[in-house]
Amino acid sequence: MNQRVVEKLEILADAAKYDVSCSSALSNRKNKDKGLGNSSGNGICHAYTEDGRCVSLLKILLTNHCIFDCAYCVSRRSNDVKRAAFTVDEVVDLTINFYRRNYIEGLFLSSGIFDSPDYTMERLVRIARKLRTEQNFNGYIHLKAIPGASDELIRQAGLYADRLSLNVEMPTEQSLKLLAPEKNHNDVIKPMAFLKNEIKAFTEEKKKSRRTPLFAPAGQSTQMVIGATQENDMEILGMANYFYQKMSMKRVYFSGYVPVSNDNRLPALGTPVPIIRENRLYQADWLIRYYGFKVNEIVGTDRPHLALDIDPKLNWALHHLDQFPVDVNTADLEVIKRIPGIGYRGAERIVAARRFGRVQPEHLRKMGIVYERAKYFLAFATPFIQQKDYTPVQIKQRILTLQKSKYQPNFSPQMTLF
Amino acid sequence: MRTVLYDGTYLGWLTAVFDIYDHKIEDVVFARDAADSASLFATPHHVITDETKAARVLKGLEKRLSPDGLESLYKAFLSEYDSMDNTLLRFVRHAFASTANIEADLLHTAVWDVQQAAKRVRREAHRMKAFVRFQKTSDGLFYAIVEPACDVLPLIARHFKDRYADQRWLIYDAHRKYGLHYDLDTVTTVSLNFTPTSSTDATNASIFDEREEFFQILWRRYFSSVNIEARKNLKLHVQHMPKKYWRHLTEKRPGVSR
Repeated sequence: MNQRVVEKLEILADAAKYDVSCSSALSNRKNKDKGLGNSSGNGICHAYTEDGRCVSLLKILLTNHCIFDCAYCVSRRSNDVKRAAFTVDEVVDLTINFYRRNYIEGLFLSSGIFDSPDYTMERLVRIARKLRTEQNFNGYIHLKAIPGASDELIRQAGLYADRLSLNVEMPTEQSLKLLAPEKNHNDVIKPMAFLKNEIKAFTEEKKKSRRTPLFAPAGQSTQMVIGATQENDMEILGMANYFYQKMSMKRVYFSGYVPVSNDNRLPALGTPVPIIRENRLYQADWLIRYYGFKVNEIVGTDRPHLALDIDPKLNWALHHLDQFPVDVNTADLEVIKRIPGIGYRGAERIVAARRFGRVQPEHLRKMGIVYERAKYFLAFATPFIQQKDYTPVQIKQRILTLQKSKYQPNFSPQMTLF
Repeated sequence: MRTVLYDGTYLGWLTAVFDIYDHKIEDVVFARDAADSASLFATPHHVITDETKAARVLKGLEKRLSPDGLESLYKAFLSEYDSMDNTLLRFVRHAFASTANIEADLLHTAVWDVQQAAKRVRREAHRMKAFVRFQKTSDGLFYAIVEPACDVLPLIARHFKDRYADQRWLIYDAHRKYGLHYDLDTVTTVSLNFTPTSSTDATNASIFDEREEFFQILWRRYFSSVNIEARKNLKLHVQHMPKKYWRHLTEKRPGVSR
């Protein structure tokens, strides 16, 4: 261990940071035989970088040497960057020692593809196996499944990892063809389908026999780069929906493109990262997964893009004023969840509290509800204030004057054009 | 108005509740030590902490609250908020006075305040699970210093025991002058009185494991390398990692070069 390890860590952490997944939750791996680690609770973010993103896992590449030349990727073959590669033992030593000091929840290991997919995948599996069997490590392990690797290696990976992921990279096949002509969309989809079936089979088996080993207990996830290519939000959310429905994905991540190349197929260096658009996509993703919204309620052919200046729930409500006002003292939980300014928890609190008496505006404020936003959509049997009949535009203006976003200058539509 | 003087422990407080019902004391003012109560009212009621009495109060509460609700009561107690003792008493009176479970009755101010305090304590406990940074000493002990806003060590013992089952560790609350110590078998509470100074830094080689400084350097470099400059958002950074915790964070400790 020496200066070279420090240098390698800098290179290989820098190259891995564009993968946004940092989740360490949803596993159920308990500490075994008084070994090291436990991943049965909620995930923990141990630190936050200056860009505000969480650091939960030691997220590194095994190597940034790569035989591919994907235009959007910082490790592409033709890019002039410093290259490095860890040994198996170095990764194991780093993971264990970071974990013992409570810096991390575990390891997120990805890699550039050197030699062949199987050769690369075999190394990743070897590290995970060593951690589990030699070190009795029960912390969280997220492994990348390498497209094109054999089913057998991917199955082995699932036996040691908590989560596996394959990145679809681009929201559509056409974009992948454009930016990564050597890659094939199907090389990603095929192992995803394989994993989905394996996870399902192991889960079924586990119900019959407790002795069935864990297989990727935290499921699989994927990521697509946003804003590098022309896709609209409807295509992106449609693709995400496909992964949730057809591949039983636990999460689909969106990664706003950070310009890393002056390739003319891509936004120029210095183009701002589409942070707000990324945020709106995540909000839409949440509405679909937890709030009972359908994709076509949020985007449609008549409005294929999410609004940047207001969130998708408010936007939906403004387009459906006929469904408001709602009386929170009588409405169903599902209806209350759709009111702007009231979140998932807030809605549950209201439904629990109203058994004890009538919920009034002053109670709502205390329950963590953004009353100044919600009030345009609420009805009270004994009117608190007489609400005027505002038009959607008037409501939007009133709500916008309440919020001050530091991204205000970026709300112009130029952000999505290039 | 009657001052009720107890020893500051949860068991003591529960015993106090027993006494308050037993002696039908109205208009209670809680005090944790004699100095607090001396000047206030003539004859304070002295609570003698009694496990049997405390257990009877708990048993009564168990009938009226869910396990979560009971847990919230304890957590709110640990918040060390001003006048929390009294809020908790109002909560308990409300619980005993009604036949139904009152935990979701957020329209009642004591219920709301207890929930809020419990929430704050839960968050502080979660932060401690995240922000503890162990340093390995030359004799193999992993130790960390913390200064949490609430008294959360009792809430995180289990977590660290389950996770670091194969290493000896010590987490010391420098604010409250006590720590948790795990000896590969059980976790015990230890009272220590030492003031952490900058000499506890890994640069003071003799007391630390020979590779301790190396891993701290690696961790700081890792932390800087994963930042994406183009997405800089310091406000969010500080919101998630408030400055009051930086002193004990390997990657944020002031005065250490990255």
